[in-house]
Amino acid sequence: MRDSTQSQGSRDPRRERLDAAKRARLEEAGRLEEAGRLEEAGRLDGERVWQLLEAVADPEIPVLSVLDLGIVRYVRWVPSGEGLDRLHVGITPTYSGCPATEVIRQAIRRALDEGGFPDALIDEVLAPAWSSDWLTEGGRKKLASFGIAPPEHTVSDPRHILRAPAPVTCPRCGGRDTQRVSEFGSTPCKAHYRCTACLEPFDYFKCL
Amino acid sequence: MSSAQNSTHGAQSASVRSTSHIEEELRPALFQYLLRLGDTSLVLGQRLGEWVGHAPALEEDLGLANLSLDLIGQARLFLTYAGEIEGRGRDEDALAFLRDAPFFANLTLAEQPNGDFGRTIVRQYLLDAWQVELYEALQSSRDARLGSIAVKALKETRYHVHYSAGWLVRLGDGTAESRRRVLEALEDLWRFTDELFVADAVDERLARAGIAPALVDLKPRWSARIDATLREATLERPAPSPYPWYGKLGVHTEHLGHMLAEMQHLQRTYPEARW
Repeated sequence: MRDSTQSQGSRDPRRERLDAAKRARLEEAGRLEEAGRLEEAGRLDGERVWQLLEAVADPEIPVLSVLDLGIVRYVRWVPSGEGLDRLHVGITPTYSGCPATEVIRQAIRRALDEGGFPDALIDEVLAPAWSSDWLTEGGRKKLASFGIAPPEHTVSDPRHILRAPAPVTCPRCGGRDTQRVSEFGSTPCKAHYRCTACLEPFDYFKCL
Repeated sequence: MSSAQNSTHGAQSASVRSTSHIEEELRPALFQYLLRLGDTSLVLGQRLGEWVGHAPALEEDLGLANLSLDLIGQARLFLTYAGEIEGRGRDEDALAFLRDAPFFANLTLAEQPNGDFGRTIVRQYLLDAWQVELYEALQSSRDARLGSIAVKALKETRYHVHYSAGWLVRLGDGTAESRRRVLEALEDLWRFTDELFVADAVDERLARAGIAPALVDLKPRWSARIDATLREATLERPAPSPYPWYGKLGVHTEHLGHMLAEMQHLQRTYPEARW
């Protein structure tokens, strides 16, 4: 990994690398349109990429972005073989069998392509494994207002395995008197509950 | 694997994982081992998928489908890695859809037909309990890639075993009819459990190399877990039946071929068809 502090001057080292990539591209004949897009991309930096990702929604829980879900591990430029740096976006699958994983990957791909980063690579990062602890605070609030109860405790706390699960709060009436109907719900990440106060059924985002 | 298009992203998606840290001489054994894990999850996942639309209640339909999805997702991770270790250009789809039964290395128990819901639960519980112990041990594998798959799979499998154990207790300690059915299934399926702990040269090689646990070490933990659940279900562990089933060596019961005929039909009829 290159040490970014070695960059001279006050310029953003990431910007520097993008400029290098842009210049190399521009020199390639017959690819002016692509070069133009890259020139545009060259003016953008990491924050722009994060903004693009903020707009990528989970296909099954559309109020959540991939950032709310906590599945984006990093956005960084990595030196590539040709001496240029390439943008890498690292994502972690939630559940091994979650069908949304492929759709999310395609959506991120599309966002990067359309946002001016067609050369970006998407890395699949397995370790450390994703857990519901990685849902952001904002994501939890969005879940609750969408009618899905957010996870009630943290997975990293080993006590949760030993003690009885915390009561799940009804996302509709706020009641604590709820019952689990099924350990599985409409998607791999949810269980099925009902509230005995307002009598509404609801989804609970599993603690896993 | 549910769709062939998954592999088409390969060109644009880099893998941050490499296979170079595994010594050349260990690779054939590791390839076989990964096939065993991947095929066991794949075959069991495919079996559970047969329940979709047929389970006794909507909740159980969803439950079994969710288990199936997790298992097929885990199979994808194992088989993708197996293909990379083999180094002959076979991806998860080639391994899943273009191998015949003698080349499948799943445990024989996984391929047994669903039967009724009780029988499916017995098969599920016996394998869930085994996978929990195995993945726990694999977390500290010297092979970091295998270890990271195990960490991920373990979280899901713990959820599975909670579900299948819960149903085994409800059915065993339920009505006379539910009890009769799970007892029958337990007596019938028990003969396939020996294979879970019989080590061959592949298992021993990887155990010596610190990549996989010694299967014999898993047995006491698995047995203790099984006994505790059976006690709660007011059932008894059947007598040992040391009959050698070697699904993991490619010797299968007749059921696997029928299952694969359906599972592989599309790819066999329209080779390289894409979603």
